[in-house]
Amino acid sequence: MSTTTLPPGQKQRPVSAPPRQVSDRSRSERRLAWMLAGPAFVVMLAVTAYPILQAVYESLFSYRLTDPTNREFIGLDNYWVVLTDPLWWQAIGVTVFITVVTVAVELVLGFALALVMAKALRGLRPILRAAILIPYAVITVVSAFAWAFAFDLTTGFVNNWFAWLPGISADTDWFGGTWSSLLVICLAEIWKTTPFISLLLLAGLAQVPEVLQEAAKVDGATWWQRMTRVTIPNMKAAIMVALLFRTLDAFRVFDSIFVMTGGANGTESVSFLAYRQTIARLEIGLGSAVSVLLFLAVVLIAFGFIKGFKVDLSQARGDK
Amino acid sequence: MSRREKTWWIVGGIAIIIYALFPIAWIVSLSFKGPSDIANGQFLPTQLTWENYSLILTGAASDLFLPALRNSFGIVLIATAIASVLSMFAAYAIARLDFRGKKLILGTALAVAIFPVISIVTPLFNVWRNIGLYDTWPGLIIPYLSLTLPISIWTMSAFFREIPWEMEQAAQVDGATTWQAFRRVIVPLAAPGVFTTAIIAFFIAWNDFVYGISLTSTSAARPVPAALGLFSGASQFVDPTGSIAAAAVIVTIPVIVLVLIFQRRIVAGLTNGAVKG
Repeated sequence: MSTTTLPPGQKQRPVSAPPRQVSDRSRSERRLAWMLAGPAFVVMLAVTAYPILQAVYESLFSYRLTDPTNREFIGLDNYWVVLTDPLWWQAIGVTVFITVVTVAVELVLGFALALVMAKALRGLRPILRAAILIPYAVITVVSAFAWAFAFDLTTGFVNNWFAWLPGISADTDWFGGTWSSLLVICLAEIWKTTPFISLLLLAGLAQVPEVLQEAAKVDGATWWQRMTRVTIPNMKAAIMVALLFRTLDAFRVFDSIFVMTGGANGTESVSFLAYRQTIARLEIGLGSAVSVLLFLAVVLIAFGFIKGFKVDLSQARGDK
Repeated sequence: MSRREKTWWIVGGIAIIIYALFPIAWIVSLSFKGPSDIANGQFLPTQLTWENYSLILTGAASDLFLPALRNSFGIVLIATAIASVLSMFAAYAIARLDFRGKKLILGTALAVAIFPVISIVTPLFNVWRNIGLYDTWPGLIIPYLSLTLPISIWTMSAFFREIPWEMEQAAQVDGATTWQAFRRVIVPLAAPGVFTTAIIAFFIAWNDFVYGISLTSTSAARPVPAALGLFSGASQFVDPTGSIAAAAVIVTIPVIVLVLIFQRRIVAGLTNGAVKG
C-alpha cells in the first residue's frame, strides 16, 4: 500500500478552482479529516496495539500464573517449543481445512442466495432479507448447539432421518471421529456465515448498472455470459471484501469447536490451542507465543489478499 | 420474466426460507421437549412442555441466565453506540476527504478486524485484573470496540462512497461550508448505511464468546453466549439439553425482533431511500 502513487479514480476528480485555493482547501480538508477519523483511529490502536505488544513481550518469558515467582526470560524458546510440537501443526491443519472448505462453499452458496434475493418478487424480497439475516444474527454458540444437538447420539434426529444413506445408522457417532466432527463443524459454520457473504454480494449486485445488463442482453449474450462478463467483474470489490473478511474470520474459528467437541479427537483449531494454553492451563508465556504466531499467520493471509487481489477500499472511491 | 422463470425464483425463495429457519425450528422444537422426549430421535416432541422455560426463567437455573441476558443487552448496546458514532465520522473522512493517512486508518482497521481475539485476551486478562476492570461492564465494552469499530469503518466507507457526492459540492457551490454540507446533505443520505452498519456491529458484539468467557468470572458481567457455553444445568443430575435449548430460543427472540425492525430500515435504505428517492 504505497501512498505516493495516486489511485486512478482520484485523477478523474474535477479540479476547477485555481491552484492556490486548492492547497488552502486541501489543508483544511486534511485537518477536518483527522478530526473526524482521529478518535476511531486512537481507540482502535488502544484496544489492540497495546495488548499485542504485551503478548509479544510475555511470549519471551517462561511464565505460568500458577507459578508467578519462577518467571524467567527465555528468549524465543517458547516459539521453538510451539513450532516443534505436532499439536501446533495439527491445529494449523484443522484451521486451514475449515477455512478453505467453509469459504469456498459459502462463496458459491452466498452468490446463489444473493441472485435469488435480487430476482425475488417485490413482495417476497423483505421476507427473504429478514430470513437470511436470521442465521447471521443468531449467536454462533446457539447455532453450534443446534447443530450439535441435531447430530448428537442421544438428542439428535439426523441419524434417524438419514439412516437410508450408506454409512449412517442409528448409532453413528458424529463427534467420535476427526473427519465427521469437522464435517458437522463446517456445516454449522457455513449455515451461520453464508448470509454475511450473500448480503455483501447482494449489495454488490445492486451496484451493477442495469444498462450494462440490458446492453449485453440486446447483444445476444447468454445468461452465463452476462454473469461472468458483466455482473461478476462489476462487483469485484464486493466479492473481494466479502472473501477477505470471511477468510480471516474463518481462520479464527473457536466458538463452534468449543461447543461441539471441546477440541477432542484432533479438532483443535489454532485459536482453541491458544485459549487452552493461556486461559485453561494458565501458561501465559507459551500461550502468548501461540497467539503471536496466530496473529502472524493472519497478517500473512491478509497481506497475500491485498497484494494478490489488489483489495483496496480507498481506491474503490472513483470506480463506479 | 416468463412464468416458468418466475416459478423458479419463487422456489429458490422458499428454499432460502427453509435454509434460514430450519435449525431455528429445531432448537425451538427441542426446547419444548420434556425429559422423556429429549432422546426420542424425532424432530418434534410428542408432548409440548414449558418445563425448560420455567427452569431458566423462574426455576433453579434462572440466576445463571437472567443476569447474563441483562449484561449482554447493556454491554452490547453501549459498545455499538460508541462504535457507530466514531466510525461514522471516520468513514466520512475516508470516503470523501483527501488526506494523507487514509490508507493508514484503513490498514489499521483491517489489522484490528483480522486481529485474532484470543491474542488480545491474555494480556487484557492480566491488565484488567490489575486495574479492576476484570468482570465489569467497561471491561467488556472496551474490547468490544475492537470487534465493532473496524467492521463499522469498512462497511460505512463502502456505503458512503456510493453516495452522490455531487450534491455536497452543489451545496458548497450554493455557499454551504464543508460542515454544513455534511450535516444537511450527507447525513440524510448516509443514514441508511449507518443503520445497516449499526446492525452488523450489534450482532458482532452480541455474538462474542471469547471475551465473554475469558474476561468475566461471575454473573456481574458474563454475557449470554459465555453463560450458555459454560452452562451445566440446574444440577449435575439433570440433563442440560432442554435448558440450553430454551435459553437459546430466548436469546434468539430479541435478535429476530431486531432483524424484523431493522429489516424495514435496510429495505428502505437500499431501495426507496434517500439515494434513489
